Amino acid sequence: MNVLQLIANGIMAGSILAIPAIGLTAMYSVLRFPNFAIASHATVGAFAGWVANSVYGFSVLPSLAIALLISGLVGLLTDELILKPFRSAGVITTAIGSLALTIGLENVVRLFFGNDLRGYDLPLARDIIVGGIHLGPQQLNNLAVSIVVMALVFGFLFFTRMGKAMRAVADNPRLADIKGIDSQIVARIASFMGMGLAGLGGMLIGLDSSIDPLTGFRSMLPIFAAAVVGGLGSIPGAVAGALVIGIAEELSLLALPASYKSAVAFIAIMLILTLRPQGLFGREAN
Amino acid sequence: MEIYIISMCVVAGIYAVMALGLNVMWGMAGLVNLGLVGSAAAGAYTSAILTKTFAIPIPLGIMAGAIVAAAVGAVLSLVTRRLKEHYLAIVTLGFAETIRIVASNEIWLTNGTDGISGIAGPFRADLTPFQYNLVYLGIVLLVLLGLYVCCQRISYSPFGRVLRAVRDDDMVVSVAGKNAQSFKLKAFSIGSGIIGLAGGLYAHYTSFISPDLFVPLLTLYVKLSLLVGGVGNNRGAVVGAALIILILEGSRFVVPFIPYISPAQGAAIRELFLSATLLIVLRFRVTGLIPEPHDHPVIPRPGTATAGTSIKAS
Repeated sequence: MNVLQLIANGIMAGSILAIPAIGLTAMYSVLRFPNFAIASHATVGAFAGWVANSVYGFSVLPSLAIALLISGLVGLLTDELILKPFRSAGVITTAIGSLALTIGLENVVRLFFGNDLRGYDLPLARDIIVGGIHLGPQQLNNLAVSIVVMALVFGFLFFTRMGKAMRAVADNPRLADIKGIDSQIVARIASFMGMGLAGLGGMLIGLDSSIDPLTGFRSMLPIFAAAVVGGLGSIPGAVAGALVIGIAEELSLLALPASYKSAVAFIAIMLILTLRPQGLFGREAN
Repeated sequence: MEIYIISMCVVAGIYAVMALGLNVMWGMAGLVNLGLVGSAAAGAYTSAILTKTFAIPIPLGIMAGAIVAAAVGAVLSLVTRRLKEHYLAIVTLGFAETIRIVASNEIWLTNGTDGISGIAGPFRADLTPFQYNLVYLGIVLLVLLGLYVCCQRISYSPFGRVLRAVRDDDMVVSVAGKNAQSFKLKAFSIGSGIIGLAGGLYAHYTSFISPDLFVPLLTLYVKLSLLVGGVGNNRGAVVGAALIILILEGSRFVVPFIPYISPAQGAAIRELFLSATLLIVLRFRVTGLIPEPHDHPVIPRPGTATAGTSIKAS
């Protein structure tokens, strides 16, 4: 296989992966626990988008917005009702709770939609060929969506009051509290945004292939790998980490079968924790 | 029906062994493990492959499985030794998934998703199924008893006391001149080894293993067993495992009575029910049925110090 082609695929896969990874890392920086519920929210978003697209006939862009909105709302609700009470009991209890939540939600999806594979209703289109590299129009659209969403997230964090408040809480919760920032509202926005991005990412992943209730769970390891490689809590790090993981997964195809992609993510986690535990852009890890 | 009940007891015994292993790392040392199913798979596959390919005796195979699981646990613990505890959570979860991927793909070694069948069982050829189940129940109970005694000894030994101190505040342990990291590593690999042993027991009991058996849900079952029974308490681990199997198997009989659902939906409802139970138990009864025994007869236990959950939030 052509290495350039693999790198191009990796960049496109990585830019999709960056969306849920940003969500994860944003939630982590505010709420301070690894939220494994991101997996089921990616599934919820993928299915919400599927219902909008295949049942109600919306085109892809509005469906993506619906995926973001629904999974964000589910994330907000589950966090408020289920995970929030765990936080006083410690990081690890909350993390275990989020794992139970992810399996629970996944089964809610399974209860309604079954285990069948589902595909989105997409217009057929021919690959674009640039300098011998095949690019799928859908992948290019996904890339464009990812870039726009990333720009919006950065704009929100750096230019709006709420975004700045969120960064302040992430940076120093106590100081932010003294300055009168309502940490409850910031936590809610982080949950909505994080899980919304997870859902959007879930649908973007599904657009490339097909979806089933395990879609989110299968992507969980790459999402975590992206966030950990970039440095948990760093948003530019999540983008860089996602690109690294995306390209590494594609290049691994030179030597390994495609089903080893998740294992590549695990190896990346082990390597970065051994060599540079704070991640590419992170500040602290211990 | 008798065979079914006996086999459920065997499975409960194996869960109890896993819960004991989890108790060493989580209950005593406060180390999270979200991928204990990976250790179980490592133990099960090692034992199955060794006994099948090299025809080594079953007890040796199971021991080898336990050793491999313990070694892998040591590596995971080593990589995350200086990091915050949630890195251990991420790494263990990733490890379990990776084991499953490897087991599904390395067909030459593990026969892929078809799984390994025809794993030797002790005296299986000479016994009726009923006798075989009974014999295996005896073996599992013996192993469980032996491990229970060992874990009790660990728990009350100086080593166990240091582990609890590590769990409650590893800074204090370091000040007292103990190497907290080395204690964590030992606890984690002992726990992983016990879980790997349970995996081996399972493989030789059912004679069949496949990657599908080692799903994250199993991790939650064992966690739930320990939580229900009482984290930090070996007796609790055993009681909790028995109770969880009772609920799990009981729900198998209840779900078919729910009208208008397909088998897949029934399975979804059972998993949903179990994860909801875990959330509720985790939330409201963190001490479990049998709380951790208190060390000191006079000094009262601090109100919030419930095992495993008092791990500091920083």
